[in-house]
Order: sequence, then structure tokens, then C-alpha cells
Amino acid sequence: MRYLPLRDEDRAAMLETIGAPDVEALFSDVPEEARLSGPIEGLPLHASEMAVERHLGALARMNVPAGEVPFFLGCGAYKHHVPASVDHIIQRGEFLTAYTPYQPEIAQGTLQVLFEFQSQVARLLGCEVANASMYDGSTACWEAIGMARRITRKTRALVSAGLHPHYVSVCKTMAKFTGDTLETAVPALAADSDLADLASRIDDRTSCVVVQYPDILGRIEDLQPLADAAHAKGALLVAVVTEPVALGACRAPGEMGADIVVGEGQSIGVGLQFGGPYVGLFATREKYVRQMPGRLAGETVDAEGKRGFVLTLSTREQHIRREKATSNICTNSGLCALAFSVHMTLLGEKGLKQLAAINHARAVATAERLAAIPGVELVTPAFFNEFTLKLPVEARPAVHAMVERQVLGGVSLGRLYPGEAALANGLVVAVTEVVTDADIDALEAALKEAVA
Amino acid sequence: MGDAPVTTTGNRALMLEEPLLFEIGSTDRTGVDFETTAPAAAGLGALARGDIGLPGLTEPEAVRHYTRLSRQNYAIDLGLFPLGSCTMKHNPRLNEKLARLPGFADIHPLAPRETVQGALQLINELAVWLIRLTGMHGVAMTPKAGAHGELCGLLCIRAALEARGDARQVVLVPESAHGTNPATAAFCGYRVENIPATEAGRVDLEALKARLGPDVAAVMITNPNTCGLFEPQMREISDAVHAAGAFVYCDGANFNAIVGKVRPGDLGVDAMHINLHKTFSTPHGGGGPGSGPVVLSEALSAFAPLPYTARTADGVVHLVEEEDAERFSQEHFGGQLQSFGRMVAFHGQMGMFTRALSYILSHGADGLRQVAEDAVLNANYILRSLEDVLDAPFAKSGPCMHEAIFSDRGFAGGLSTIDVAKALIDEGFHPMTMYFPLVVHGAMLIEPTETESRANLDQFITALRSIAERARAGDESLKAAPRFAPRRRLDETLAARKPVLAWDEPAPDGAGLPTPSEVGDR
Repeated sequence: MRYLPLRDEDRAAMLETIGAPDVEALFSDVPEEARLSGPIEGLPLHASEMAVERHLGALARMNVPAGEVPFFLGCGAYKHHVPASVDHIIQRGEFLTAYTPYQPEIAQGTLQVLFEFQSQVARLLGCEVANASMYDGSTACWEAIGMARRITRKTRALVSAGLHPHYVSVCKTMAKFTGDTLETAVPALAADSDLADLASRIDDRTSCVVVQYPDILGRIEDLQPLADAAHAKGALLVAVVTEPVALGACRAPGEMGADIVVGEGQSIGVGLQFGGPYVGLFATREKYVRQMPGRLAGETVDAEGKRGFVLTLSTREQHIRREKATSNICTNSGLCALAFSVHMTLLGEKGLKQLAAINHARAVATAERLAAIPGVELVTPAFFNEFTLKLPVEARPAVHAMVERQVLGGVSLGRLYPGEAALANGLVVAVTEVVTDADIDALEAALKEAVA
Repeated sequence: MGDAPVTTTGNRALMLEEPLLFEIGSTDRTGVDFETTAPAAAGLGALARGDIGLPGLTEPEAVRHYTRLSRQNYAIDLGLFPLGSCTMKHNPRLNEKLARLPGFADIHPLAPRETVQGALQLINELAVWLIRLTGMHGVAMTPKAGAHGELCGLLCIRAALEARGDARQVVLVPESAHGTNPATAAFCGYRVENIPATEAGRVDLEALKARLGPDVAAVMITNPNTCGLFEPQMREISDAVHAAGAFVYCDGANFNAIVGKVRPGDLGVDAMHINLHKTFSTPHGGGGPGSGPVVLSEALSAFAPLPYTARTADGVVHLVEEEDAERFSQEHFGGQLQSFGRMVAFHGQMGMFTRALSYILSHGADGLRQVAEDAVLNANYILRSLEDVLDAPFAKSGPCMHEAIFSDRGFAGGLSTIDVAKALIDEGFHPMTMYFPLVVHGAMLIEPTETESRANLDQFITALRSIAERARAGDESLKAAPRFAPRRRLDETLAARKPVLAWDEPAPDGAGLPTPSEVGDR
């Protein structure tokens, strides 16, 4: 057993030091009838490194990786190129195998990275302060609604129909148990979003309005009028970003009056990973920082006056406030935050803007090509790297038909909104820098055939 | 202050000072070359982004920046990391290699299901292991961390109670519990009441029984508990809780002490989260990600969150999401499944599942049993090797499980646990967990784990014995520790009182952070 360093003679000597006849004596507090006398039956015994590799390798080969086919899936998770040095850095054992920085004198590496991450995220989202990451975008979204409740002492949240339906589900699940009221709708397969309607429905009971930018159909709109309408009634604007690369080309929600901006950071540095681990972004105004959930790294000095970093404002947290804490969260997504931060550092503002421009340009070109297919209509007027098509047939079977041609051609709205007949013909297509001209040709051909 | 830097740069040979990214990068530098230069963004008009203020570095500069920072970290790869209740064990690199196979790392959560069958099988295979190792009935795989798993377990309990029209409002939490337990209960709308511990560091069964009643929804218990002790009356506790119509939530953070030896299901547990990074060695990356699947009893399994995987009699692994949930329940479970909903956007921590399964298969059922035995053996070795120099409040209560607890009783000269911890840093060890659990004065909770050799433990024991003796003698020099770390003691009060949470351009007059003398004045 290659991971266990004790030898039998070590065990014997240690038992002698302890004064126990055998290891079983150390389990004497466990009731006899609950103790298993040997390995659990029906489970395999230990395996060699090669055997484990063979088994998991076989499972991996049953899947179709995004990098091996023309690939156009988005809707909250995006395929981007990650520079090789990102994985090199996060595999350094001093980052990979460190724990939460409870002893700051020997965790300055992690703490400085988190401080830099917070600074990068705050600027990217256009806010004053950001935390050191959440589990993912969807849980961050729910935490933002809870935070708005604590700040405004109101419980009615208006949720845009453009918010990712999984995010809506997460919020609905939690609201059932916390007494919040969520008002939400499903989107229409149309150019117009519900932002104007939301603005008109804000009242004195409203804690917050939650919008996604770009939204689930890829639409981008100015959020400032909605922010103004919310603030006029004492409500907060919560903006959700599921594709942070968009903020290299589009104005940040914080610059348009959003009070809390949350996001899914997966696009930058993290990779698809079938949904996790991802990295939740969370930023807000400085005046709300003590209501913000999650971990924070802060600057301070050591006993010699040198600059250093510590985890701070922990009086908001569960380990001190217990049932009065701002959230029950006791971990962050540290390693994914590191990956995000390294990738963002490699990009820099110059690279991020280039990356965003390439995404946008390729998406516009692709949309034009696909909209020219007879019967296919482009729904989204202004978009970043993701847009929605209305097909002349149901999108769900079309997606599967494209798989037959080895093309992962988009996400059908039928999968995201089961039972919504009006959305069944919607196909959401994401185009990033990894998409080649040949990929676009393949998608065009496959889609033509699927809708014919 | 004899160790103050005397070099011009502030560097000390291999230990290099590293400025902030914002101080060395610039917005016109980049470490990425793109294949094509696209035309300027079209069609964004008034929504086009202006200046952001994100510094960049070229690749060599970036690699150096992060490599230098990494060397200011302690990590399990460097040595013993005995954080009690946090369980830092060796992170096998095979797990990293397998998690990076494109078939796992590069698949989209909304990919057509026919293209991700291997991933679904992997999730299901891990689920089966977790169910069998715990003797439970079902498992919810999606929670993203231990505390998120607690939330999932309590939501299952609440959904089960509501399904039978029973609106209970109270969750009982022993005072030795992790702080996440009461926070979680409050977060799902429950009123939290504490249950005291006995002098022997166990749940006070009589106090618990006296409080049980028709308003109690659940008892949240940690077993093995945060004093490093097994709750010998776990079965009696479960029976009493069930007789009162409530559920037993077990905080499974310490499952590594009993994995393969004891099945919590046999003790009457209804729900328990499993921190994959603790028991099953997925790396914690400086604070996360975690992963917290929750195993569930038969009474709770029907309420598990979406999405989930399920293998039917025909051997097919199904991915059940909102659209399939009702049909799947009807076809395969007679309509019994009533999921409480979704708690994360996608399928949970797939990358962690891969690593955990790799670890589990490497150990097998026999190896996992050995894991628990060696973890407990190592902890008892520490307990018995130090109890003559450090107060061990529960040493007379019998063997400890995977972690040993000591207190600062007997220290002289105002020295406390923190001074011992910081002195351990100078000896090259990461300190133990300090001041937790709260039921022990100046607690020092030491968890060696099964991946430490006897030689490592002996070296640690020697160092800690010497520091303990100095603390008992009132050696004031301990207060100056650490002396050899990248930083001396950091001022946490200042950080909280005047929070600086993001980098900003320094003010031209040098204002900003207070000087050390101002700090001393406050």
C-alpha cells in the first residue's frame, strides 16, 4: 500500500509505547456490534497504479472531450484556451497541497494570491471590493440575494427571465427554506428582454433585482436604468456574469450601478470539468463589506513592520458567529482562484481585451453564417460570444443529430426549460477563440442537415 | 530584532521578497500570443468597455512571480501538517494525472448525454463506494463542500418532515460541534439550541434526551467528535432521536478515523456529509475547492437534490435532472422520489470525484481499513508521547481516534497555545489547530493522519516536547516566534480594524497603511 508509510514493526513498537495490546483496542469506544471484523464485503481490494489508470482511462475514453470536436456549448460554462503555465503553477505542491491559511506567517503565498485575486476581480466586475471566491456562480447568486435581504431587511427578490435557469433553480430551492419570495419568469425567444418590465415592478418590498449580463440568450443591455429604478425604491441591483471574458469587451455591471456583482469564473483558467470545481466571483460596494459572505484576505503588517496578508473580517463567519453568521460557508475555491488569477495575469488588460475581441468577432461571423441557413433566425440583437437561434424544428433532436456528425453544436433551450413549448426551437450557440474556421464550416453543414 | 533583513533587496538567499502583481505588472504587457488579430469589437456601441486597470506580465515574469510566492507557503508536500479536524494527508499525484485526462477535464456539463457516459459511470461508481462504506441507502453527490453538504442534509431532513406535514423548528447542536453546524441550521430557517458536553468530552445523553420533543427536527452531531473521541453511545442517541420523530445528522468531517472499520449507517445516522478532500485525499489548494457528498438513510434518500445519477436494473446509468425527475421516479421508484430541488448549477465537483475514486481504488476495501487504523494509531502515539509534558484533558477517557487534544494548562509567564504554535513554525512544522474546540481551554488539536511515518512523528514529538517544556518554564522568548518564517507575527487586529482588501495606487504623500508606531499606539 504505497501511500501508507508505517511498517508492521513500527506499528508494534508504537502500540507498545501506547500500552495497547493491538490496534483493535484503540477502537474500544466503538460498540462491538458496529465494528467490522474485516474489509467490507463486495468491494475490491487495493489496486496498483497501473490498474487504476487503466480503469479510469477507459471511463475517460467513453466521453467526447470538447477539444476533439467542433464545439459550441456555453450557457454558463465555456471552453477557452488556458496557457500551459497556469496548470504548471497550480500543480506546484506549495499551492496545491496547502490548507486554508490559518497560520499567515507561513501562508503568505496563498494570502498574497488571494489579495491579488480580490483586486483583479473587483476591477474586472467594476466594484470596490471582492471576496476570495465562492463555490461557483450559482451559489454566489443565491448568497447575493441573502445579502440583499440582510442589507435592505426586505424579502421580495425580482429575478430576470434572463437568469440561467439552473441559477434560478438554486435560488428557488433556498428561498423555500428562508422565507424569501422570488418572482421569476421564463424568457421569450425574442430580441427584447424583461429589464423594462422588471423596473416597473420594483416596489417598497423589493430587496433586490437579479439580472444576468450577458443573459441566458446572450443578450447584453445597459443596466443603468434598472439600477436607478431599484435605488429609487431602496432596492439593490444584483448582476450575474457567467462569462467573465465578456467584461474584456463590455462595460462592467459595477460601472452601471449594480450593487452586488457575482459571477462564474470558470472561463478564466479553470476549464470545463463537467461542471466543477468552478470558482464563484463575488464583489460589492465597500460599505456592504461586512455583509459579504465568504473569505477575505486583507493587508496588514508584521511585528517588524513589513507588509503581509491575513484572512480578515472573520467576525462575520460561522466559526465565530455560529448561528448568527452571514453564511455557513467555511471554504472557498482557492486553487481555482489561483488558476483564475494566473491566467488573468498572463492576459493582462491587453490580452483580455484581445481575447474578448476575438471571441466577439468570431461569434458575430458565425451568427451571420448560421442565420443565413433557410429557416434559421438569429434572435439575439446585441451579444458578446453567445447568441440564440430560432430553428425551424425542435432544437433538442437537432443537437443529437449534430452529435451524429461529430459536432457539439450548442445547448438546446428545451434541455434548459423542459416543458416550455415556446422555447423548444431555441438553440444557444457559444463561439470562443478555440473555434476554427473549419469548426464553423462543420457546424454550418451539420445544422443545415439537422434542420432540413 | 536581530534577524531583521540586512540585505539591500530584503531578500535572504533563497527566500525572495515578492512585490504585488500590481506593482510589477502593467496594462500593456501580456503573456499570451493570439493566433489572429481580430477586428475591433463591433456592435457593442455604448456598452464597450473602457480602461479596466488589470496588470499583465509576460510568461517568464509570471512564472517567477507565482513560483516565488509559492515558496512562502507551507504545504503537505513539505512536511507534517497536523491541523486537527482539517485532515491534511498526502495528495497522490496519480489522482491529479487522472483528473486531467481530457475525457474528464474537458467535457461540458450540458454536453449531450451520449457523449459523457464515462463521466456518469464514474460518478455512479464513486456513489456506490460511498454508500457501501457508510452502510447508507443513497447519496447526494452535488454539494460543493462539507458545509454545503450539511446544508443539503438538513434540506433533505426538512423536506422529509414537510412531506409528512410536520413543521418542526429546532435543531439541537452539541457545543463541541463545528461552527458550520449551527450556521447551517440557522441558514435553513431552524432555531438552534446547544446541548452541553460531559466532562469526558462526549454528548450529554441525558441532557439530549431531556430536550428531545415534538419541536425538534434534527440533532447535528460530529462523530468522531471534535475532541477526537468516538461517541460510544451513538446508537442510544440515534434511537432516542428517532423515537422522538427527529433525524440524526452526522458531521462526517472525521470519517477518515473509521472508514472501512465502522459504517455510520449501522449506528442510526440519517445523513452525513463526506469531505472528499479529508478522507479521500483530494488536495485543498490553499482553502479549496472541497467536495461534500451526503450519504442518506432510506428515510431521506427520496428527497436528495437534483441532478443525480442512478443505475437501473438494466445497468444503464441515468442522469436525472428536472425534466426527467418525475418520469424517472414513476418508472423506477413508484413515484416515491420527491427531490427538494437543485442546490448547484451543474453536477458538483467532478474533478474531485475523479481524484477521490482514484484514491479509493488504489486503497481498496482493505487499504481503507488500514487508513483508519494507522490514522488512529498515529494519533494515540502522539497522545501518549506528550501527555507527560502537555495537559491532555481527555487522556483518561480512553484512546483517542484520529486526533489528540491538549490544553495550555500549566504554561507559565502568560504563555499560551499561540506561542507554542508559532514556535513550531520555527522548528519547520505547520502548527496544530489552535483554540478549537472551544470546550477545551487553549485547545491544541493535533491530527497526524495515516500518511506520516514513525520517524516524522518522532521528530515532531521531540520538537513539541521541547517547546512544551519551555512554555511550562515561562520562557518569554517563545512570544517572539516565529523568527525564521517569511513574516514575523502578523497584526490581525489592524487588518480587521482598517480593512485593506484590494490594491490601490499608493497615495503620493505616502499615506495609506499606518506605520508600525501608529499600530503600537492604537
